[in-house]
Amino acid sequence: MDTADSVGTAATPSRLTARERARRAARGGGSRSAPAPLLAPALVAVAFLVLPLIGLVVRAPWARLGSVLSGSDATQALTLSLWTASVATVVSLVIGVPLAWVLARSSFPGQRLLRALVTLPLVLPPVVGGVALLLAFGRDGLVGRLLDSWFGLTIPFTPLAVVMAETFVAMPFLIITVEGALRSADQGFEEAAATLGASRMTVFRRVTVPLIAPSLGAGSVLCWARALGEFGATITFAGSFPGRTETMPIAVYYALETDPDAAIALSLVLLLVSVVVLVSLRDRWLRGGAAS
Amino acid sequence: MFAASSLLGTFTQLGKQFEAAHPGVKVTFGFGASSTLATQIVNGAPADVFASASPTNMQQVITAGDASNPVTFANNVMEVAVPPANPAAVTSVDDLAKSSVKVALCQPQVPCGVTAAKAFKNAKITVKPVTLEPDVKSVLSKVELDAVDAGVVYVTDVRAAGTKVKGVQIPANLNASTAYPIAPISKSSNAATARAFAAYVASPAGESVLAAAGFEKP
Repeated sequence: MDTADSVGTAATPSRLTARERARRAARGGGSRSAPAPLLAPALVAVAFLVLPLIGLVVRAPWARLGSVLSGSDATQALTLSLWTASVATVVSLVIGVPLAWVLARSSFPGQRLLRALVTLPLVLPPVVGGVALLLAFGRDGLVGRLLDSWFGLTIPFTPLAVVMAETFVAMPFLIITVEGALRSADQGFEEAAATLGASRMTVFRRVTVPLIAPSLGAGSVLCWARALGEFGATITFAGSFPGRTETMPIAVYYALETDPDAAIALSLVLLLVSVVVLVSLRDRWLRGGAAS
Repeated sequence: MFAASSLLGTFTQLGKQFEAAHPGVKVTFGFGASSTLATQIVNGAPADVFASASPTNMQQVITAGDASNPVTFANNVMEVAVPPANPAAVTSVDDLAKSSVKVALCQPQVPCGVTAAKAFKNAKITVKPVTLEPDVKSVLSKVELDAVDAGVVYVTDVRAAGTKVKGVQIPANLNASTAYPIAPISKSSNAATARAFAAYVASPAGESVLAAAGFEKP
């Protein structure tokens, strides 16, 4: 019986392999080539996504690029965008990572509702976020009214408003990425550290954070890129004034009416930044929060 | 129908009156800053008629070959709008030059921004706004929301906002005006109706609606 079985099992794999090989040969191209009904729409999607980018590169005023970008409005907008996006990312890290930890590692009533609320800005139209920020922190807003009467502080139309608007739309990206990483991280390491006598903050600092570092990095880059590209919330809450609150996307929008070449040049810069972001992330963010 | 933001109230009404007089015709509107609309038309936006708050933006469309034979149908002048409570106690246009007053203006390439700049030049003041908005209705809404102390808009906008804002007049000798031309778009697929609407706006019926809103005769 065993011999027959072993003969049978020994014979079957080679027969299957031969059959498999024949099947692959018939499909023509290896088992990973896409079936035609999927290939055609996929090509359409590629064309749709890539053609506008090609159009941007082709229509760019390459000869005038230097002079257009060194115009005062362009450098002001770029500088403002870069530092506000960075500050927004730092703020998101400081308050977002603890929130991600709370959502991933603790449980309390209403947790699911809290998670939904916290990730709402991801699906909320940005300009709605801007209006909401204005109603909360504007001069007549819920909190803004108190800030104005107690400290004489008005937030709208200041770089602080830009940072707040960018943080509002970008922080959920970081929270989701980090929460996913924390959920899928091996808690064995943290438990081992605790049993060895580390306090909870030490466990967090020396074990948890290094464990989720790749996702932390990917989440931060995503957060930064989202903050850099924000338009609707910033223009509604912070307004637009060159050098103070006019970020790159807003500058592009207005440049379309006054100097289309400048708009294209600025768009090219943003496109380059986006490409660098994607290349540096590679496929990490596509894998969600999985710790590698 | 692409029309400047400041024509929102009057043109919506004129559209309804035109539809009533021409059964089977539907008038739809795209309102926005004249500079934005002109750019869109030149880039192929499907407009049948263009009403601009400035001859400059109309010229942009004419130069691109998309319109011809504009007719000026109204004039408008500027006014300072303040929130009903007037938190910065703005009583004249000169107050806008004070650094403590938060002013919202239109972007410099938009007709209301151009005309406001002319008025400031006449008044010999330099105004440093806290924000430059995409069109005049955005300036108005910033004032209505009490997010700024004052905004420079058209007299028609102050009237249209009713009790939501208070107006501070700019003296006639300092004020600046802008002319509103209207023209059918050449590549419109409704050329006859477009011409008819443009003619209707410039007719006595149209003029009376515009005058009631505060527009001046062309």
